[in-house]
Amino acid sequence: MSILDSKIPKGPLEDKWSNYKNNINLVNPANKRNIDVIMIGTGLAGGSAAATLAELGYNVKTFCYQDSPRRAHSIAAQGGINAAKNYQGDGDSNFRLFYDTIKGGDYRSREANVYRLAEVSGNIIDQCVAQGVPFAREYGGMLDNRSFGGVLVSRTFYAKGQTGQQLLLGAYSAMNRQINRGKITAYNRHEMMDVVLVDGKARGIIARDMVTGAIERHSAHAVVLASGGYGNVFFLSTNAMGSNVMAAWRAHRRGAYFANPCYTQIHPTCIPVSGDHQSKLTLMSESLRNDGRIWVPKKIEDAEAIRAGKKKPTDLSEEERDYYLERRYPAFGNLVPRDVASRAAKERCDAGFGVNKTGEAVYLDFASAIERYGKEKAFTSGHKNPSKEEVYNLGKEVVESKYGNLFQMYEKIVDQNPYKTPMMIYPAVHYTMGGLWVDYNLQTTIPGCYSTGEANFSDHGANRLGASALMQGLADGYFVLPYTIGDYLSNDIRTGKIPTDSVEFDTAEKEVTDRINKLMNASGQHSVDFYHKKLGKIMWNKCGMSRNAKELNEAIHEIAELREDFWKNVKIPGTANTKNAELEKAGRVADFLELGELFAKDALHREESCGGHFREEYQTPDGEALRDDENFKYVAAWEYTGKPSDAVLHKEELIFENIELKTRSYK
Amino acid sequence: MKLTLKIWRQENAETKGKMVDYIIDGIDGDMSFLEMLDVLNEDLVNKGEQPVEFDHDCREGICGSCSLQINGEPHGPDKLITTCQLHMRTFKDGDTIVIEPFRAKAFPVIKDLIVDRTAFDRIQQAYGYISVNTSGNTIDANSIPIEKENADDSFNAATCIGCGACVAACKNASAMLFTSAKVSQFALLPQGEVEADRRVLAMVEQMDKEGFGNCSNTGACEIECPKGISLENIARMNREYLKASVK
Amino acid sequence: MGGLLKSSVAKKFAMALSGLFLVLFLAQHFTINFTSVISPDVFNEISHFMGTNFLVQAILQPILIFGVVFHFVMGFVLEIQNRNARTKSYVRYNGSANSSWMSRNMIYSGAVVLAFLGLHFYDFWVPELVHKYIESHPEDPTRYYGELVAKFVSPVRTGLYVISFVFLMLHLLHGFSSSFQSMGVNNKYSEGIRKFTVGYAIIIPLGFIFIALFHYINNL
Repeated sequence: MSILDSKIPKGPLEDKWSNYKNNINLVNPANKRNIDVIMIGTGLAGGSAAATLAELGYNVKTFCYQDSPRRAHSIAAQGGINAAKNYQGDGDSNFRLFYDTIKGGDYRSREANVYRLAEVSGNIIDQCVAQGVPFAREYGGMLDNRSFGGVLVSRTFYAKGQTGQQLLLGAYSAMNRQINRGKITAYNRHEMMDVVLVDGKARGIIARDMVTGAIERHSAHAVVLASGGYGNVFFLSTNAMGSNVMAAWRAHRRGAYFANPCYTQIHPTCIPVSGDHQSKLTLMSESLRNDGRIWVPKKIEDAEAIRAGKKKPTDLSEEERDYYLERRYPAFGNLVPRDVASRAAKERCDAGFGVNKTGEAVYLDFASAIERYGKEKAFTSGHKNPSKEEVYNLGKEVVESKYGNLFQMYEKIVDQNPYKTPMMIYPAVHYTMGGLWVDYNLQTTIPGCYSTGEANFSDHGANRLGASALMQGLADGYFVLPYTIGDYLSNDIRTGKIPTDSVEFDTAEKEVTDRINKLMNASGQHSVDFYHKKLGKIMWNKCGMSRNAKELNEAIHEIAELREDFWKNVKIPGTANTKNAELEKAGRVADFLELGELFAKDALHREESCGGHFREEYQTPDGEALRDDENFKYVAAWEYTGKPSDAVLHKEELIFENIELKTRSYK
Repeated sequence: MKLTLKIWRQENAETKGKMVDYIIDGIDGDMSFLEMLDVLNEDLVNKGEQPVEFDHDCREGICGSCSLQINGEPHGPDKLITTCQLHMRTFKDGDTIVIEPFRAKAFPVIKDLIVDRTAFDRIQQAYGYISVNTSGNTIDANSIPIEKENADDSFNAATCIGCGACVAACKNASAMLFTSAKVSQFALLPQGEVEADRRVLAMVEQMDKEGFGNCSNTGACEIECPKGISLENIARMNREYLKASVK
Repeated sequence: MGGLLKSSVAKKFAMALSGLFLVLFLAQHFTINFTSVISPDVFNEISHFMGTNFLVQAILQPILIFGVVFHFVMGFVLEIQNRNARTKSYVRYNGSANSSWMSRNMIYSGAVVLAFLGLHFYDFWVPELVHKYIESHPEDPTRYYGELVAKFVSPVRTGLYVISFVFLMLHLLHGFSSSFQSMGVNNKYSEGIRKFTVGYAIIIPLGFIFIALFHYINNL
């Protein structure tokens, strides 16, 4: 028996959550006034939880590094949010959503958590609509749905391509209501530097005011980390520039186990890197794969000619093109899941068929869609013999109405017209399924320290389905954490305010200031970005879309060396007691340099291929992922013992009582 | 390409700032404007100088962090984009680019090009929401049908990213477009009707308290808004306000 | 008034309302003036009516004066507030990229119109008061046309009038349609309203210019 207790309630799957809620301890309203909660991060998971906890009566302090809670990176989510409402009557149910999520995650997530997620999904939509989130509607005034990411029902609610923004503004407005009531105090432009443990329990944090540089102590009866994912360990990702792992990593160093760090989602449809100056990658919504066909040239000479600018993609005839997804996966074609599509693109580019100047891009072509829609539209409008140009114009109209804003965004960035020439896309780091290990209560292995949203590992297994991240963030924040944390806080009604003048706070603060001083006083050879870019290269080349033991071992050593060099030679101008972006970045990169190593170590130990984790040694003869349920059907939770390389592995066996494990096949 | 940058430098809110000239070379047309500033900053760090501080985060035009006044226009010369989506191909070799923070009394400078936009947060905290508990025990989402046109208009108002370009562009530093977008989002939905009067009165009062200027309908805000928020929203807010104040 | 006009939105509404009132007055004033081009007798008749009718003199005139004073006082108050809203100005401000010259310079076009009002009062209103109440001449229903024509002998004065009307045009080009927006009117009729206001803003001042030039040329 592992020391990890997932605390999954007994009973049948569909009754677990109700039974749990019926049997937990509650805190009476008068006592809630005496209890403080700290919330790190104000995205969907943090913002919704902060609002709900404050509404229940707790005193909440929120912290975010942005200048306003509304700017958390949840805002950038495009596609939509899943909910098993079955408004379309197409046979959706809680069980189906549960099943799709477990299967999509390649059977590496916890049944009870995922079922609970599906169970509360419907409530999220009710809640958001009541808050005034303007979801897309049909002419009858009812909510519209679209289908997403390889599932068989239409369960995705959306607000054009800005669903994340609208949901976040909803959570933010709920927060504003509590700020106006005085129940939330928002500390913006503040970064959490460490979590403070008193008697083994999380009792506060050390934060840095990013404007004045002041180091502050904040105490509370519980600390919630809703600080997002760590995709920026790759330097280039679709994450915001400021997204970082600091809060989660600081908690990890204080005793919270880090689960499955190697599970990373590489999204297949992003705008390719254009040069060394690139600071960030831009996602193009997955919905484009509904109509776009992905291809590279069949002949390597053509690919070379295109890269050299001697040929244009439109010069190549149908026979000269390799629609490799349609070729390899005839059943799902261009709509295979994200992990499969990404690996296939990498395989072609590695073989020399890439189509942009860096050789790392494939085409996403809308010419056939434009033609198909154009012919349909001509036909339905009674135009029997349309000319080629008329077909093109009609088809272009249809495509524009569906994806206009994305095409416009592409043209702004790449300076090419995607109606005329195929788009170029390439996979990019997008989401991290791994994160802090939490039990059914969303509590980490530190008592009183909780984690929600992308920061925890709980619901997506080894691969996340589209439109599920928003669902998880809001489910955790609105409907799960407020119950589970109450059960814990019911023991604190007599504790009283936690003092911040204790030895524990003194020590933690000193460690934080020492660390800052050490960074400021390094010898000053290279900028923070220099190290971050180097780390990113190692991660992308050796821990990216496909991994092998040799390179992972190299990565572990290289990262450790880079980290040592960083601490000696990083250069940070200015002072620590003022706004200092270089210092902020340095603190984050320092933690990435530790996480990166654990990431590689986790990837090395997991000798199987599952979801976003593909090990070259473990594949079928035709290059598909080979999962090993016998030996790796567990969550890998790592305990920090002083160095990433010495991290100790704890396993939480995954028990599947309601689902039969199968090999995912998209052929 | 080679460019001359004239950038506002200011140590903190208390000190006086000034424009400083920088020459930068090797800029590629495919770079975004912020990536060009990254290059400048990398250069400054290597020389041991203080890099230029500016707000930025998502770099895909949705978080609303970036906030530069470039050659006299918020988010630069291109329309319907934020600074992070502005690409250097918009400029020519040898150009001089003037980069300043958004200017308004209600947006005090924090450092260099960073301004404090919390006035926007306070406007929204003045009842700029629907008072509904987050218990999940609300009515079913489809129980109130909403006319598609109103739902779409509400969405269009709600796409405001709160960047402050409207204030920066306005010769009066007025926040009417921002405030009205927030008022409109809720005014167009039946869920928002119950509190409509209190909301518009409180939000306008807070907006005035923050020290923004008055709207004189120049329309600059609408033109410079990266999300194309319409002036109709301001008219709607005026209507809502007058209606609420005579009740 | 202070309490009612505390908020920026209410101030703008009042500004719009007083502006619209002045626009209406302008139409009426223009109509009367235009009769001077067609028939001196009709002009004299109407002028006499306006100058002696109790309702016009005791009620409409004070309202008009209040409207004018309110409009420009409020205009200056708003302008001062607006300037205070940006204590530190831009080194480079490219206003023409996003707004019309008229909309950005209402205070200047307004100030010119105000200065013109001073001249206009000096030319007509003050002599009228002197004539009626200080020197107490007997009523003469035919004196108005002559007095009018006499003012347009001077090319300088005529020129000043013409320039002022150009500024009035600029003021109206933005102000008239803008007042509808301030009062919350922005709907499917707005395009029509805009076209009408632009037409009005051009035609009325041009008409005034025509009248001034007509009398000036007749005097030659």
